[in-house]
Amino acid sequence: MAKSSVERVRRQRPARRGLWRSAGVRFALVYAVVFGLSAFVLALALWYSALNLLQRQVQASIHADFQTLIEHDQMGGLPSLEAAIQERLAGSLTPDGIYLLKGQNGQVLMGNLDQWPAGMSQDNAWYQLSVRRQGVASIALLQMQKMPDGSSLLVGRDVRMRTKLRNVLRAGLIWALGLMIALGILGAVLIRSLFQRTIRDISITTGAIARGDITRRVPVTGVGDEFDELAVTINDMLDRIARLMDGVRQVSNAIAHDLRTPVTRARARLEDAALHARSAEEMQAAIDRATEDLDGIVAVFEALLRISEIEAGARRAAFASLDLAPVLLDLDELYRAVAEEREITLETEIDAPLMVFGDRELMQQAVVNLLDNALKFSPPGSSIRFSARLAHGAVQIVVADRGPGIAEADRKRATERFFRAEAARSTAGSGLGLSLVSAVAQLHNGTLHLQDNEPGLRAVICLPADISPD
Amino acid sequence: MRILVVEDDKDVAGFVLKGLREAGHTVEHADNGRDGLFLAASENFDAIILDRMLPGGIDGLRLLETLRGQDNTTPVLFLSALGQVDDRVKGLKAGGDDYLTKPFAFAELLARVEALTRRGKSDGPATRLQVGDLEMDLLSRSVRRGPTKIDLQPREFRLLEYLMRHAGQVVTRTMLLEGVWDYHFDPQTNVIDVHISRLRQKIDKPFPTALLHTVRNAGYMLRSEEP
Repeated sequence: MAKSSVERVRRQRPARRGLWRSAGVRFALVYAVVFGLSAFVLALALWYSALNLLQRQVQASIHADFQTLIEHDQMGGLPSLEAAIQERLAGSLTPDGIYLLKGQNGQVLMGNLDQWPAGMSQDNAWYQLSVRRQGVASIALLQMQKMPDGSSLLVGRDVRMRTKLRNVLRAGLIWALGLMIALGILGAVLIRSLFQRTIRDISITTGAIARGDITRRVPVTGVGDEFDELAVTINDMLDRIARLMDGVRQVSNAIAHDLRTPVTRARARLEDAALHARSAEEMQAAIDRATEDLDGIVAVFEALLRISEIEAGARRAAFASLDLAPVLLDLDELYRAVAEEREITLETEIDAPLMVFGDRELMQQAVVNLLDNALKFSPPGSSIRFSARLAHGAVQIVVADRGPGIAEADRKRATERFFRAEAARSTAGSGLGLSLVSAVAQLHNGTLHLQDNEPGLRAVICLPADISPD
Repeated sequence: MRILVVEDDKDVAGFVLKGLREAGHTVEHADNGRDGLFLAASENFDAIILDRMLPGGIDGLRLLETLRGQDNTTPVLFLSALGQVDDRVKGLKAGGDDYLTKPFAFAELLARVEALTRRGKSDGPATRLQVGDLEMDLLSRSVRRGPTKIDLQPREFRLLEYLMRHAGQVVTRTMLLEGVWDYHFDPQTNVIDVHISRLRQKIDKPFPTALLHTVRNAGYMLRSEEP
């Protein structure tokens, strides 16, 4: 059974998970892709708008050139135009400038292009063409216009340099992209190892606990980051589980010890009677006493179940606002007769009203347990103080006796299930009475304090008083 | 009396049937919910002892709800291993008249069943109760035995009233705790014995014959000596 469950756990958790199944790699990749994409889009936008700006600048200068030349033509006719072109060709004002003037019948009149570019025939349209400029191949942005006299004028700019710039920018972009991918992968690996290291701590700890070592805890780095928070939460949870397991272990040990005794006794009585009883009366007596032992065991079971029912908190649903004063006075009346029978004085002082929000039956039972205890341990002639009062927003119920009390060292353990102080070993009882009182007090958000009554035991139940709005 | 026992555990059922027959009752038995419901609905019983967890598709709660839905008011006592407070409340809400948790002492079961059947019969508006020469006037809240007036504390009065209403029947300590003090748990101390003994001092001690008897291993019974 145990082996197969271990195997199942192993199967669900492959020792080597693929790179793509690692959460660290996934997170890092998502990060790298988002980062890289945004950087790339930004660079692309810059590249595009820079080139666009250059293009528009060139177009604007060509346009302006054209206007000027056409004005020359209109004012001074062909000779003026030719002079202006000549001036531009010779001057260093526009070193990239391209000019060509074509006559009516297609012959090149003047200009710095070897020939009219093929396919260029449309007025006011932009052409980007390969041209030969004084024997040198180049790329140019061109525009042409037919003149009123039938000749055609071509103005352009050599954009070879701009194209070069574009190529340089493009290469830079590609390099940057490659670098981004490399950095992204590096980041992914880094983040993955970071993830792995942090999660490995948790994984190792929980793995050890799954194998049965509940004492292990997740190491806290002290940085105070999210992983530390997680580690602290996990450790808190483990502490709580360990405490619960301790409680269960304690109870099962106690059950083993404390129930084995009466069961052994009942069994011995029955077996003894079966073997040795010589008369019907002896047999009857043995059976009666064994039945009593069994009833005792049942009572212990019921008390245990009751306590766990209370601790589970299921009965909170039945809580109501109630006055404890008449409840306690009823109990006083019930126990006064018993106390008198045993020559014990019951000194009762109950204030009224004592409003609490709680369960009447559980409160009765808790106080009954305290009174039972007090009566059980009080020597004849002594007195028991039974009081209840409202103080500082709390209802305080005190049962104080003059019996042997509980030694200071044992007082903390007195509310544990089945705990019985040395002095109580010889008396009847299950060792569950105070556990139940404590459970009831806690269910009502209250406390049970055990104090020294010098001599004797002073048990104090403190409950928050129910202060109704009216 | 005619009593129906619906209980699937053979040993428990056998034990209960035998005990009830010895006590002079006529007993029918069903070992599942279906048969139990059929018997309970088709025949007349003075009381039904009903287990809660039953085979046959109909559990004790549903059986009782169906029965009450048919205006059948036969007193029902639940006998169940479900002993939490909620379980008891559920059982009583479903129309149960009493609830006894397993394991149980037969004397307790018998006393409770007999108390149930009595309750069914004499719920008239009695103003006077009488057992032998002991008389209780519920209106003036006075008690006298023969010519002598007896002074009782309020709680003693209620204790005696409970005993007188169940005169001739065994009344257990738990029944007294529930009926007179409304406590649904057993204190470790013998509180009931002490209160009974005090009551005895007042109603029996000064008189030649005793009315309040102790029934060994069971409880108490109030009855006049003459049959």
